[in-house]
Amino acid sequence: MAFLEMSGLRKRFGSVEILKGIDITLDKGGFLVLVGPSGCGKSTLLNTIAGLETITAGEIRVDGQAINDLHPSKRDIAMVFQSYALYPNMTVAENIAFALEMRGVPKAERRLAVENVAKMLQIGHLLDRKPSQLSGGQRQRVAMGRALVRNPRIFLFDEPLSNLDAKLRVDMRTEIKRLHQTTGATIVYVTHDQIEAMTLATKIAVLKDGEVQQVGTPAEIYNRPANLFVADFMGNPAMNLLEASVVSEGGRTLLSLTRQGDDDIRLPVPASAAASGLDGRKVILGIRPEAITDRDGADRHAGTLEVVESVVEVVEPAGSDTFVVTHIAGKEVTARMRADTDAKAGSRLPFAFNLDKAVLFDPGTGRRI
Amino acid sequence: MSAAATTRTGGGSSLANRIVIYGLLLLFALVYLIPLFVMLVTSFKSMDEIQSGNMLALPQSPSFDAWARAWGETCVGLTCAGIKGYFWNSIKMVVPAVLISTILGSLNGYVLTKWRFRGHKLVFGLMLFACFIPFQAVLLPMATILGALGRFGADLESATGWNWGFGNPTVNLVIVHVIYGLGFTTLFFRNYYEAFPTELIRAAQVDGASFFQIFRRILLPNSAPIFVVTVIYQFTNIWNDFLFASAYAGSGDVMPMTVALNNVVNTSTGVVEYNVNMAAAIIAALPTLLVYVVAGRYFVRGLMAGAVKG
Ligand SMILES: Nc1ncnc2c1ncn2[C@@H]1O[C@H](COP(=O)(O)OP(=O)(O)OP(=O)(O)O)[C@@H](O)[C@H]1O
Ligand SMILES: [Mg+2]
Repeated sequence: MAFLEMSGLRKRFGSVEILKGIDITLDKGGFLVLVGPSGCGKSTLLNTIAGLETITAGEIRVDGQAINDLHPSKRDIAMVFQSYALYPNMTVAENIAFALEMRGVPKAERRLAVENVAKMLQIGHLLDRKPSQLSGGQRQRVAMGRALVRNPRIFLFDEPLSNLDAKLRVDMRTEIKRLHQTTGATIVYVTHDQIEAMTLATKIAVLKDGEVQQVGTPAEIYNRPANLFVADFMGNPAMNLLEASVVSEGGRTLLSLTRQGDDDIRLPVPASAAASGLDGRKVILGIRPEAITDRDGADRHAGTLEVVESVVEVVEPAGSDTFVVTHIAGKEVTARMRADTDAKAGSRLPFAFNLDKAVLFDPGTGRRI
Repeated sequence: MSAAATTRTGGGSSLANRIVIYGLLLLFALVYLIPLFVMLVTSFKSMDEIQSGNMLALPQSPSFDAWARAWGETCVGLTCAGIKGYFWNSIKMVVPAVLISTILGSLNGYVLTKWRFRGHKLVFGLMLFACFIPFQAVLLPMATILGALGRFGADLESATGWNWGFGNPTVNLVIVHVIYGLGFTTLFFRNYYEAFPTELIRAAQVDGASFFQIFRRILLPNSAPIFVVTVIYQFTNIWNDFLFASAYAGSGDVMPMTVALNNVVNTSTGVVEYNVNMAAAIIAALPTLLVYVVAGRYFVRGLMAGAVKG
């Protein structure tokens, strides 16, 4: 039995249904990341777990016990808000100790707990300041300290890093990961940031319009997206999604992709899809930019590598790699080449397609085949 | 003031505009200040000097005699013990009325913004409506209610030996002012709390704070500006109120300051002691003046906060 279970969770605000039957489970010590476009209901879901919003239907269980009707203060759940929500009239130490105070923990014990947390987060020297005298990163730490000091059953984070600058974000990300590993806490975490999701999560849930699109490990979500939405949403640059038709030639089943002013491309059907019964159908080929490389940059262990010549449209150097854009099946296709590639816009270049990493989707339903 | 003037008049050849504007401002200031000046100088003069001299002239030998008489000796109606008793009457009535109406207003604002219930808009609408009810309209119904409370107090007294304050004119005035002021105080606090970050409330809830703990520990400590505004507003209104005071506590030794002052000035026995009247009037105005000076700095800031964010 999982530690945190949400089943058939529904939430409506007036006549609009915001959460449409959410089923997610999370094991003790797990790190669940909720991702999805703005307005898909991530914060609402988090708030229902915290008890800040009531649910319309369904059940939330923690450790086998339903907590639907428990007051937020009785759920033993801590939350870190996007705005940090530090109490402006209290010092850092008072902020951190507030929850303990509300639970009637004696003063001496509170001070000890605050000191421990402050040491862990390296904010010991800030304890007497007011939140208004802190930098963004320091506020963020205090907000985390406020949650950590309680040692709750579950931590909820609502985009905790989105107000920080890029550098600080990376530092804090590492810190959160370290905290998770050292404390073994169970965490539910909302973010917009793909890299945050991939690096932190033991489990990712992709939401759209209040429905779960896919739940899985970061690798599953990345390599085996359940549908076109997940494929497009996760990964940066996004997965190339190309229309193709399945044809039979010389006893082999192949994918055929059209090109403007050039021959059609023939590619083998990816191993991830069952080739049988596809004949004559239209499919969508999903292939990540890093699976399209220059010839000698290709994965040497690749089972099915297919080299195709194509005209380069745009070259975007990105430091460690260079993204090369070409045009196939009426769409821009991004390939990830070595930084020192000699690709030039307008020239013809061999593109090595590693079809081990490719997936097929049904264009009608959007699901992976 | 000067900032507003410069922005409005804009660039170069605005000297004429400036003269007009400052001239007008000066004129208005004088219109307000001259009566105050006359009151002040008169209160320090002797009666002889008042009757013989110029109203605007400075006192030749300033003395506090008139102030002392006003405070401790002048006749209010038929009793001649000064206005000090009535001054304390007012304090005893105003302080509880201001505090209660302000606290209740902030509780109302808290509930109407952070603990919304079905129909909260309607309730707030009705509260707002209360701000538009003129004093005169409540006069008679309120008298009936206070009468009923008085009878209830009498019953209580015969049962328990004490009337628990019911029927006491000062308590009556407190009740009237609390009820009448509630619409305003609720409006002030609701607008202020509307802009108060809800996430703070939620964080406190998750931290395990109860309804009143959140109010006391999170909301109240961050409400200083709007408290100042509300207290000034309520204090000025209630202290200066004459209508309710004369209707429900208009005679005897329970009169508030405003009614007593009126009786001092209207007293028909002997000569009119202008100096004493002026001193009494200034004493009557002092508390509101004091509240403004002490808290005025916050007043504008708080009004702005409520107005802009709300
Ligand atoms: N109190 C409310 N009343 C009505 N609708 C609401 C309320 N709170 C949220 N919504 C709606 O619910 C939807 C989901 O909101 P939510 O805040 O959960 O989105 P989100 O996924 O967290 O988005 P973001 O990534 O922008 O934070 C939105 O369309 C929002 O307008
Ligand atoms: Mg959100």
